[in-house]
Amino acid sequence: MEKNKLTTGKVAGIIANLVIVDVDGPVSQNEICFINLSGVRLMAEVIKVLGKKAYTQVFESTRGLKVGESVEFMGHMLEVTLGPGILSRNFDGLQNDLDKMEGTFLRRGEYTAPINVDQEWEFTPLAKTGDVVKAGDWLGEVKENWIGHKIMVPFKFDGKYTVKNVKTGGTYKASEPVAVLTDKDGREVNVSMIQKWPVKVPIKAYADKPRPYRLMETGVRIIDTMNPIVEGGTGFVPGPFGSGKTVLQHALSKQAEADLIIVAACGERANEVVEIFTEFPELDDPRTGRKLMERTTIIANTSNMPVAAREASVYTAMTIGEYYRSMGLKVLLLADSTSRWAQALREMSNRMEELPGPDAFPMDLPAIISSFYARAGYVYLNNGSTGSITFIGTVSPAGGNLKEPVTESTKKAARCFFALSQQRADSKRYPAVDPIDSYSKYLEYPELQEYLSENISPDWLGSVLEAKNLLLRGKEAYEQINILGDDGVPIDYHLRYWKSEVIDFVILQQDAFDKIDASTPIERQKEMLGKVLDVCRTDFDFDSFEEVNPYFKRVINVFKQMNYSLYQSGDFKKYESELDAIINERKAA
Amino acid sequence: METTAFQKIYTKITQITKATCSLQASGIGYEELATVNGRLAQVVKINGDIVTLQIFSGTEGIPTNAEVIFMGHPPSLKVGEELAGRFFNAYGQPIDGGPEVEGEEREIGGPSVNPVRRKQPSELIATGIAGIDLNNTLVTGQKIPFFADPDQPFNQVMAMVALRAKADKIILGGMGLTNDDYLYYKNVFDNAGALDRIISFVNTTENPPVERLLVPDMALTAAEYFAYDKKETVLVLLTDMTLYADALSIVSNRMDQIPSKDSMPGSLYSDLAKIYEKAVQFPEGGSITIIAVTTLSSGDITHAIPDNTGYITEGQLFLRRDSDIGKVIVDPFRSLSRLKQLVIGKQTRKDHPQVMNAAVRLYADASNAKTKLENGFDLTDYDVRTMNFAREYSNDLLAIDVNIDTTMMLDKAWELFGKHFSKAEVGIKQEFVDLYWPR
Repeated sequence: MEKNKLTTGKVAGIIANLVIVDVDGPVSQNEICFINLSGVRLMAEVIKVLGKKAYTQVFESTRGLKVGESVEFMGHMLEVTLGPGILSRNFDGLQNDLDKMEGTFLRRGEYTAPINVDQEWEFTPLAKTGDVVKAGDWLGEVKENWIGHKIMVPFKFDGKYTVKNVKTGGTYKASEPVAVLTDKDGREVNVSMIQKWPVKVPIKAYADKPRPYRLMETGVRIIDTMNPIVEGGTGFVPGPFGSGKTVLQHALSKQAEADLIIVAACGERANEVVEIFTEFPELDDPRTGRKLMERTTIIANTSNMPVAAREASVYTAMTIGEYYRSMGLKVLLLADSTSRWAQALREMSNRMEELPGPDAFPMDLPAIISSFYARAGYVYLNNGSTGSITFIGTVSPAGGNLKEPVTESTKKAARCFFALSQQRADSKRYPAVDPIDSYSKYLEYPELQEYLSENISPDWLGSVLEAKNLLLRGKEAYEQINILGDDGVPIDYHLRYWKSEVIDFVILQQDAFDKIDASTPIERQKEMLGKVLDVCRTDFDFDSFEEVNPYFKRVINVFKQMNYSLYQSGDFKKYESELDAIINERKAA
Repeated sequence: METTAFQKIYTKITQITKATCSLQASGIGYEELATVNGRLAQVVKINGDIVTLQIFSGTEGIPTNAEVIFMGHPPSLKVGEELAGRFFNAYGQPIDGGPEVEGEEREIGGPSVNPVRRKQPSELIATGIAGIDLNNTLVTGQKIPFFADPDQPFNQVMAMVALRAKADKIILGGMGLTNDDYLYYKNVFDNAGALDRIISFVNTTENPPVERLLVPDMALTAAEYFAYDKKETVLVLLTDMTLYADALSIVSNRMDQIPSKDSMPGSLYSDLAKIYEKAVQFPEGGSITIIAVTTLSSGDITHAIPDNTGYITEGQLFLRRDSDIGKVIVDPFRSLSRLKQLVIGKQTRKDHPQVMNAAVRLYADASNAKTKLENGFDLTDYDVRTMNFAREYSNDLLAIDVNIDTTMMLDKAWELFGKHFSKAEVGIKQEFVDLYWPR
């Protein structure tokens, strides 16, 4: 791939961050180049070539750029640097380490190294001389925070290699060779802890990608119980502004049962990223007892940062995810919001005067989105261990209308749909995931059904479906009551409605800002769903509909107090027996 | 804007549209300023040796042999302490008859703050208005707009908030402000004796619309000077951002760009975000808080302007006339302050979050009851009580003429809970009920 002489060029035209370059040699699509602006080098990517003109999108502001300035082409696509030292860092969309940048304001043309090549790591060999290896195979391991960071055969290596030698255990710099491999022609190649990979190409260094089947616990009841996501699954959260997308994403990033979390803040508010790196270093990860920040990596390309780098940011995040997946880890990738990425594509497509698709988005938007979601998944690595990337993206539909192109394209690609509803948000029923419209396709997977039955209980799936059905019946009853009036329907309708309200208030609604209620382990979810269904299955005696509302308000109130109490604590038990007493008051003989 | 020697004067314009003109020129920087027969213009496109200029005040009367002089730098503002108390137009030129400001010249629309150099906003801004302090608490470093129909008293509320907010500087960015509203602000600030901490950049309806595009960047460049260099608390008022967005669409239309939703440019989100994201809390103490106005057309928030704004800002405030009490209230359903979680229950009393939610939930029950009543159904005893509660809640807490501190607001809410409901109906955590339930 390397060219002998790198192509150069001269700036010929400028329209915002689209810069047209006259080139003197070959260029490839998506090739990276640097544009000189009075000594400052601006990174750009080729997005179209027309004869001797390369159209490039610049990842920075082009203010002050002049025609005739020189351009250097790099001969490769946008790449990320992979190696130990990525975890817990704050990168921008192009993997510059934000903490290493000088000054309060971002200066254009300032690119900082994502990884400290001189940092020393305690290396333990995993392969031995004579082993036949291929891309992605593990050669050794270093400890990065608490995870065993595998040093792998670089993903760019094609075919089979033989291990000539691997360094013995000891401390080495990240840039030092730790192994020597020989290829089939007997040529020797050094392997260090660091490698590079183009972000737009999926890393496929795995043996097999089966259908995912293991439940991924998030502690959020409306997800785990009602619409579960699996390890290696995909989901998306569309919702109008103010419906709680970000709060839900933050809850997932705090609580999800993953080895590491990568948050791509793509075109969203800077203060939301600040919240993560202010709070996460303080919060404990309940599973490991370490700080949450140790397992979190942030790719921040907030809405005021250069538009073109937004697109790069989600790819950068996915590539880092794929790297850690190849080490046999459970990765959760969150992207907020994929709509901003689509809008960045739209801005560019517009500047290039392409014929627009729906809502002026580029025609290939659905294809771009689905091939991105396809990079997530559960995999068997070459050595038989497993790794996964679970991907949850948010979508910010224009005007809250779920019929817009980004939502529709994503719906085709993602398997879980957590629709946030304005109406639920308005009545402060959080998380405002719509219980009727949302779905998890995984509930239909026999593999997951089997897993749930073995790991939770054999009748779990039945209970979940029963609860879903009760919610739907409750909604129907509520509509009837609204049409016919409180006294125009049988008392049974009121009961049906209020039973669905119990499910809503106790299972679906969850206080993300309460220490205890914020995260519910699956065991507790199982008990609470059982209790709620017991109430729903009970026949009650009421003389008039007017007694139904206050009675169930009391039931719900006690249930909520249980949710706020430490599981199986004295308070919890006290409320539990209070609840039993209330139920017995009205239980039909 | 005097010309210096050696500056090349171009006189051959090859193309003129309503807002732009093009000419052959070389060595021109992107976004550079120029004058065309004395009118200010900015480079918006360079293609080979053809440079396209956007003339802010329009191209009426521009001849093909107009004198074009490039100034070699993008739009800028001279910053210094002297800005305080002054009124400027969209170009940063004084309109109050005072002298030119001396100071360091800074490019407007400068770079963004590195997100890792920001501090999480944490200082509550008390306004005394319960609809804001109780339900939608504001925090320094926040950006929040009023979503309001043109007939609502948003300018009054904004002026009130600005004066009570105890900011070191208040910077008013007026876009398409009517002359009357401009004078209103001037009077209110004057009467409050606050003129020395006000700085205004004003484009009134009498000025050309495209000039407005400079106003937010001018205002925020001044804001960054005071917040970052001087470590002051700065409050920026931007009114009306809908007119700003309209100006964007005029320009993009004249540049032959393909419009996206509601004939707005496809880059609307990024354009607005660049402005609003200037709101920041610096670790060294200074902060920029942005309160904006986005006027709606008959309450439609799905229009591209409020919609994109809502995704950028940290919440929104809605005003509404409550016909039951005949007063303007801050709508508790549609208003939201995203940053309130950072301060409520922490800088305010611990029961604040729960009280706030319970009251809004009960208010929602009241509105359901009201619908029932309108549809001719009988009301239950609970329905009647929620409606009574809603009326008092609206009058004593939500109305914009309320001016009390947060603890009094909470006490008032408990008083109303106790008066109208049972403990179970309110559904608040037991520990708070034990403490605050009226006896």
